[in-house]
Amino acid sequence: MLDGGAGAGSHVLQTLASAGDDHLGWENGGTARTIRRTWLDTFDWRLYRAGLTLQQVLRGGQAELVLASRDGDLVATERLPAGPRPKWPAMAAQLPAGTLRDAVARAAGIRALLPVARAVSSVGELQALNEDAKTIARLAVDRMAVTYPARASVPARLTLLPVRGYHGQAGKVGRAIGSLPGVSAGADSALEAALAAAGARPGECAGKPSPVQLAPDQPAAQAMAAILASLLAAIDANLPGTIRDIDTEFLHDLRVAVRWTRSALKLCGDALPKGLAAEFRPEFSWLGDLTTPTRDLDVFLLGYPRMATSLVGGSEADLVPFHDFLADSRAAAYRRLVAGLRSARSGRLRGTWRAALGDVRPAGRLTVAGLADIKIAAAHHKALRTGREITPASPAESLHDLRKRCKELRYLVEMFGSLHDPERLSHAVRELKALQDCLGEFQDADVQRAEIRGIAEQMMDGNRVPAQTLLAMGEIVAGLAVRQARARAQFAGRFADFAGPASRTRLAALARTAGPARSSRA
Amino acid sequence: MKVLATYNIKGGVGKTATAVNLGYLAARDGYRLLLWDLDPQGAASFLFRVKPRVKGGGEALIRGRRPLDDAIKGTDFAGLDLLPADFTYRNLDLALDSAKQPAKRLASLLAPLRGEYDIVVLDCPPSISLLSESVLHAADLLLVPLIPTTLSVRTLDQLTEFVAGFNGHQPDILAFFSMLDRRKRLHAQILQELPAQRPDIATAAIPALSLIEQMSVRRAPVAAFAPRTAAARQYRELWREARERARLPDPRA
Ligand SMILES: Nc1ncnc2c1ncn2[C@@H]1O[C@H](COP(=O)(O)OP(=O)(O)OP(=O)(O)O)[C@@H](O)[C@H]1O
Ligand SMILES: [Mg+2]
Repeated sequence: MLDGGAGAGSHVLQTLASAGDDHLGWENGGTARTIRRTWLDTFDWRLYRAGLTLQQVLRGGQAELVLASRDGDLVATERLPAGPRPKWPAMAAQLPAGTLRDAVARAAGIRALLPVARAVSSVGELQALNEDAKTIARLAVDRMAVTYPARASVPARLTLLPVRGYHGQAGKVGRAIGSLPGVSAGADSALEAALAAAGARPGECAGKPSPVQLAPDQPAAQAMAAILASLLAAIDANLPGTIRDIDTEFLHDLRVAVRWTRSALKLCGDALPKGLAAEFRPEFSWLGDLTTPTRDLDVFLLGYPRMATSLVGGSEADLVPFHDFLADSRAAAYRRLVAGLRSARSGRLRGTWRAALGDVRPAGRLTVAGLADIKIAAAHHKALRTGREITPASPAESLHDLRKRCKELRYLVEMFGSLHDPERLSHAVRELKALQDCLGEFQDADVQRAEIRGIAEQMMDGNRVPAQTLLAMGEIVAGLAVRQARARAQFAGRFADFAGPASRTRLAALARTAGPARSSRA
Repeated sequence: MKVLATYNIKGGVGKTATAVNLGYLAARDGYRLLLWDLDPQGAASFLFRVKPRVKGGGEALIRGRRPLDDAIKGTDFAGLDLLPADFTYRNLDLALDSAKQPAKRLASLLAPLRGEYDIVVLDCPPSISLLSESVLHAADLLLVPLIPTTLSVRTLDQLTEFVAGFNGHQPDILAFFSMLDRRKRLHAQILQELPAQRPDIATAAIPALSLIEQMSVRRAPVAAFAPRTAAARQYRELWREARERARLPDPRA
């Protein structure tokens, strides 16, 4: 039985009919529907990496959000109310309340959802009928044209959905369809197919500086150029999202890439052609400093809900003027940041830096393994020496200083990570991180206390600020002081672990990758 | 999950026609619904084009050797699944008799489906048996088709009395007139008087219509293949009353 007609998939229908199965009939499930899909994810693919895909599906004037597992199982749907659709990018918190929002928010965290692909589909349905003219399976024929990230058409996708209790019969139908000429089995989701057609792949994010794959014998200058080029790519990737203010992580990741660039220039600049590091260090300092005020205020605002709920004496309402001040300051800082990022200086910096890195030629006999060994050993030594000088009476600055040394060591260990045994590396990083967390907690609390004090003065200078707001801010400062004291109390133990023989041996081993043969060439 | 059962000891009064149409309408409202065709003759299975066959037979289900889940078939209608009839259902009483608590057996078999369905509809064969007793114990609401005679009201009273004797859980009862012929004076009169007097009789009534008989030819609920007819309208009215009586929550809430 064949009911060809003009509906969608009629040519598939014809092929199926000519494949000829005595007991089976096909019925065309009416006219094809047009479906517009927008797939959403965070810039760093948090949903995809959590095994999820989120799409906004527009069908017959109805919009719906569909959250599914990567293999297509439905997790949750949310009908979007008529009227203006959500404007992407948007935070998960802006979605209608419900299980879908909760699941998306859990995976997306503080990152915004933005379109990662768009497509228009014409979807027809065929029903496979058995000898009782009972539907045993539905075959969706989806003809999809990708419109973003690039225009591309996708080969028709057939999805066979067996009716419950008819998996056996439907399986036969599926095998029959699979054996038709021109039909091939595909395991990829619609998103993967759409992206593949557009020449992209899900999960790829240029925004996170990723460890560069290095060969131990590579000339040091060339390796450093490769590392710095990958950091520059991360800076470039995060720049548009920072300027559009899509979410706070763009700026955060941009800063990470800038900081790592600065550290690399400071610590390993001598491996680069003469004068190059010295020329660019001031420029990257400028870029880094340009981003600091906005980031500091972001940190405050991200931590604000926790601050507000931690109040014991004051109430959340008391803190509102503080919040508003933070938000206003942030807006002003952000305007200066954008002006700076868009400035000729910023453009010139990135352009000349890219060109300079491209010009780096291998020089000298130092290998990257040799360089890594020397630098890691030196940074390790320095961190140990700085830490050993700290006593309970030492000023806060001495801990800040140690934090910097630890950051440098951590960065070197990770930058040259591909040269090391992954297990040994992650063990060493874990120990270092325990100490860094403690130092970070100490310093962040210290800095925030000072900043809140500064903000209080600014608020007093300008408009009149309610007394209860200042009191509530005082309470927060007190809470920070408690945290800081706790971190200080933890410090001795953490440092003892770090400076202990086991950890020292492990880190020292990381500084022996080059081995005698290779280092002799250095 | 609410359990509804179409029930009458008399045969051929419209139990299956009602189960099939209300099942369809409920699923269309968005309820996830399972219809269990308990009649070995398999009229409901036939109407949904599902073969009246359960692997291992009724005994395997009753004794719990096979979970109900395994035997369920999807119908052609979204949200509406069917547990088919089987020839061996003739012997369900024997299987029930050897169960620990025959009267409670059906209820305990259905319990694991609670997360999967909002409504279970039991379509019973006409008889008084262990099976029908087990159905009465499992049901939250009995839908009782009555042919409009004074005698039929007496059977309703007997059923009400019987159910009132249960310890613990007692099903609610909603009777309604079926195969109503408005041209008959007696029918018209009974329909005028009784629903007003008795809250256990629905205002909606299902007229005798050849379109309803045609379900056997079309093999689909009349509410699905002829939604704009009087027959479909009456089933919709009846479903509205039944949903209210069973206090079913909004499926989309
Ligand atoms: N309202 C109606 N008008 C006309 N015919 C009807 C109506 N309701 C049911 N019928 C027909 O009467 C016959 C018996 O109906 P149905 O199978 O619904 O009754 P039943 O109570 O389930 O019977 P059984 O006791 O045999 O299970 C069927 O052929 C059906 O098509
Ligand atoms: Mg019947």
